[in-house]
Parts: sequence; structure tokens; C-alpha cells
Amino acid sequence: MLSLEAQTPLRPFALDVALTVERGCLAITGPSGAGKSTILRICAGLMRPAQGRVSSNGEVWLDTERGTWRDPEERSCGYVFQEYALFPHLTAWQNVAYGIPGGSRRERRSAAESLLERFGLREATEAKPGALSGGERQRVAVARALARRPQVLLLDEPLAALDTRTSAAAAAELAAALRDAGVPALLVTHDFAHAAQLGTEVAVIDRGCLLQRGTATELAASPASAFVADLAGATVLAGEARPGDRGLTRVALDGGGTVVSTDRFQGRTGASVFPWEVTLEPADAPDHGSAQNSLRATVASITPVANRVRVGLTTPQPLAAEVSESALHRLGLRVGMQVQARWKATATRLTPL
Amino acid sequence: MSRPGRLAWTALLVGATAVTLCFLTLPVAAIFVDAGPGDLLKSLGDPVAVDALQLSLQVTAAAVAVILVAGTPAAWLLATRDFPGKALATTLIELPLILPPAAAGIGLLAALGPQGLIGPALEDIGIELPLTTAGVVVALVFVSSPFYIRQAQAAFGDLDRSMMDASRTLGASEARTFARVAIPLALPSLATGIALAWGRALGEFGATLMFAGSFRGVTQTAPLAIFERFATDFDAALALSAVLVAVSAALLLVIKLLAGRGARMHALA
Repeated sequence: MLSLEAQTPLRPFALDVALTVERGCLAITGPSGAGKSTILRICAGLMRPAQGRVSSNGEVWLDTERGTWRDPEERSCGYVFQEYALFPHLTAWQNVAYGIPGGSRRERRSAAESLLERFGLREATEAKPGALSGGERQRVAVARALARRPQVLLLDEPLAALDTRTSAAAAAELAAALRDAGVPALLVTHDFAHAAQLGTEVAVIDRGCLLQRGTATELAASPASAFVADLAGATVLAGEARPGDRGLTRVALDGGGTVVSTDRFQGRTGASVFPWEVTLEPADAPDHGSAQNSLRATVASITPVANRVRVGLTTPQPLAAEVSESALHRLGLRVGMQVQARWKATATRLTPL
Repeated sequence: MSRPGRLAWTALLVGATAVTLCFLTLPVAAIFVDAGPGDLLKSLGDPVAVDALQLSLQVTAAAVAVILVAGTPAAWLLATRDFPGKALATTLIELPLILPPAAAGIGLLAALGPQGLIGPALEDIGIELPLTTAGVVVALVFVSSPFYIRQAQAAFGDLDRSMMDASRTLGASEARTFARVAIPLALPSLATGIALAWGRALGEFGATLMFAGSFRGVTQTAPLAIFERFATDFDAALALSAVLVAVSAALLLVIKLLAGRGARMHALA
């Protein structure tokens, strides 16, 4: 079990976090500069916080109150760095063997090679990092981090250096490797989708503070704040909430329009809805069905995303809808067109803004 | 920029480069034009010249070894740690770069000479530096170490910190990280530093003459031998100069080539 608490000034805010990971992978996500990597550096002993405590399986690695400090080499952390930080002058197997303690050169080499083989890199053991593809480098970096049989795995944006296609495959492999490793892991990513895929739990951090922690589904379903909702991929519409009819809450949106929600809330709010909850209809379509929210919108952008199409709308606040390609053609959607955007009151989350 | 303007600008760049090249290579070229191959061979047959060259190679190699052993860890400290007075320490290390060689020689005498600051103490434990071969090495180290340390400090400072961090999290102490990651990665730049320091040491004249004198086979390095002959036999001085230029150039070329190979290996890596 890993447990970490730290308070330390970072410009322009202060990092103040406390977390424990018993098993599985905690994915910390948030915008760049929120202090995500700092948490990993404190855990590994690459940075000393003003105040804090880090322990793993009962071993205290850092306790500023008691003056306990262990150097990075005395902590059992496998660290996968953002650009992987493979040693360019060593081959793949030498990179992996670097962290294997003791034994003869031959023993360490065979241990490194069998680890690389597990990651499908049998052919690459003699290659220097410069000759490997991005995906291969990432796997060497993960193998190297695991070579010491660490008590804790730390991964800093392990997919950020890969192109979109490689990263999808790499994410699946990495998720499997994290399960196999069987040690608590802390993973940092700015991408909520990666956090959801790789983390057994997701924690959202902003400006040095953890805002919410839970499974990705919990975070998406009941975000604690508009920030979390936005990060989880929802569109957030700002407005003023007050109680409405039949237990619903009515939100008067900034810039015009009204939406209703089954959430109870009063005052300044962010009404969030996921793009796949929003349906589009022709502007003159009759209003029936169960969707209580209907906003008149102008199509601002049309962007294909995998097998779907993301439609940017102006309501006048920006809103996003995801529709299938066939729906796009059926509606004859094009930029500048007027449409009705509809979604249910039950799909509308109200959070403090 | 208009077309004539562009042409004028290019002409200016080319002209300036041509003038610079001519000016810098003319004296070197003149040495080889004036000293024919016969003179060079004759000079190599002269025992005084051979002694001087041999001594030059020995003392400069010794000086470079001393600089490497002491200067490399010092450069690492200056590049990787922050401490009060770091800027001052860096400046003090660079001081010999701008010191006139004569002042350097006087300074060495004032510090290590028989009446110097610590000279008598050294003499008491049997170390005598002025007018000895060891004294030449001391003078060379003094004038040429900043060339290496500056370069090494920049090289270590430019290394990707995450490589060092990775090494630490993989169980290597800072010392092991220095030896197994930092030195190999900085090698091409360190080699350039060695070439600069060695080149400076080979040409050292003023500080050596003042601190160690010019005794054949003991302290008379090639530049000192050239100067001694200059008073009596210009042609012989010219021939020895040509040999020294050739030896220096060959040495620097070898170091550069090795460094280039190292850099290419990194580029491939």
C-alpha cells in the first residue's frame, strides 16, 4: 500500500494532496501545470516537499516532521518518465538490466531479455532506443521500470509521446501490464479518457488540490464540480438555478435559453451534459418525446471522431453533440444551419461553478 | 529585401569570411611555406628539438590527466547543485582565462615559489615546484583547466535531467549515475573540452617560462625551445614551429574525430 501526503509551494499555487493506493492504479488527471508530475516526483524522492509523508508497505520513505528521508535509489519505485528517458547509449536489454540488482552480467542479461520478451520485444533487445518506434520505446520503459520488482509503479503521461493510433494499442497493453504487475500504481495523464481506461480509480487535480476521486463512471455520472464535468468530457453551460415545477430545477442560461434538470440546486451553476446525450433535430421539428430540454442552436463545426461525428453548436453558449455519420447525412447537417438540440432532464448534471 | 540588397548582404558575408580566414591561416601557412620538408626533417634530427617535443607531449598529457581527474567532478558539482557563492566559484575558475600569462607566472611564483604563500610548506614536505618538470605541469594545469571545466560544466548542464532521475529510480546512487550515465552522454562535449585544454597547454609559454624556466630536457617545452632558437637561428625556430603546429593539429584532429564518432553513435542511439 502506498500512502502520500504533501504540501509544498509551486508557482503560482501550492500543492496540497493526501492519497493512498491500496491496490490497482490511481490515475491522476487534470490540466497541465496542476501539479500532477510533482506528486510522482515527491513519491520517488526526486523532489522534497516543504511538508509531507510518503510510505509504502509500512516503510517510511519521507517524513518531514521526523526528518526521515530516503534517496530515490533507496525507494522501491518503478518510474516511467514522460518521454521515457531511456539511456540512448545503452541497448534495450542494457536499459532494462540497468535496474536489475546483483547477479552476473549473463544472469542480468537473460532476466532483461525475458522481461523484454514478455512485452513482445524479443527482436529489439540489441537495438538502441533511437532505433525503436515510439510504442517500442514505451514498452522498454515499462519493462525497465518493472525490472527491479518495485513496490510502487509511477507513470508520467505514458501515452503522451505516442501518436493517436499507437496510443490506443499501447493503452490496452499498458492496462494489462499494470494488472499483471500487481503493485499499487500512480499514473498521471492530462487525458480523462486515458485515465478512465488505465485507472481502477481516477482522481481529478486542479491547482495543486485533489477535487474528486472515484471510478471513471462515478466521476462522469456525478461530477463534484463543473471542472470535473468538463474534464470528463461534458459540455458545461453556465447559468442561474432556481426550483421549478414538479421537483425539477430550472436553469436560466447566460446569454438566453432555459434548461431543466432532475438535480436539486440553487444559485450559480454549471449545467453539464455529455455530447452523446444530445440529439439533433431539424429546427422546425415538432416538440414531442421525453426530452425536456430543447435549445435552438446554430451548427458551428463538424468534426469526425472515430466512427462518430462531433458537432459544435452555438446556443449561444457552446454545446457539443455526438451523432452517427448516417444521422449527419439524414439531417443534411452543415455549418451555419439552424437545429434543435434536445436532451433529457435526467442527463443534466448541476454542479457549483 | 530587394534583390540588389540581398546580393550586397551576401557579398558582405562572403567577404568578411574570406578576410577572416585569410588573416587567421596566413601565419600558419607561412610557417609551412618558409620551412621546407627538408628543414622539418632536419629539425627532427636535432636532439634539442626532439627533447622539447617529447617533454611537451609528456607534460601536457600529465596536465590534461590532472585536469580530467579534478575538473570533471568539479564541473559536475557546478552544473548540478545550487549553493551560495556558486556564481563566484564559477567566475574564479574562469579567471585564468583572462589572466595575462606573465601575471599567471608571477602569481604561481608568489604562491608556490620559495618565498611564496605555501611554497615553503611544500618544500618542507619535499615538494619543489619552481624550475622543475612538475612545475611545468602545475603552470599548464593553471592556465588550461578553465577551458575544460567551462566546457564540461556546460555539457553536464545540458544533459536531460530525466536521464539522471531515471538512473536514480533504477537504484543507482548519484556517483554511479555520474559514471554510467552522465559521463557517457556528455562524452562528445567533454572531448571538445579536452581538445581545447590540451591545445592551450601545448602552446603555453609565458607562465611556464616565469615559473619553471627553460632548461633543456627538464622544463624546456617546444614553445620555449622555439623562443630560444628565435634569438640565434630563425630557420631552426621556423622548422620547430612547423613541427609543433603539425603535432598540435594532429592531436586535436584525433580528439575531434573521436568526439565526432561518439556524437554520431549517440545520434544513432
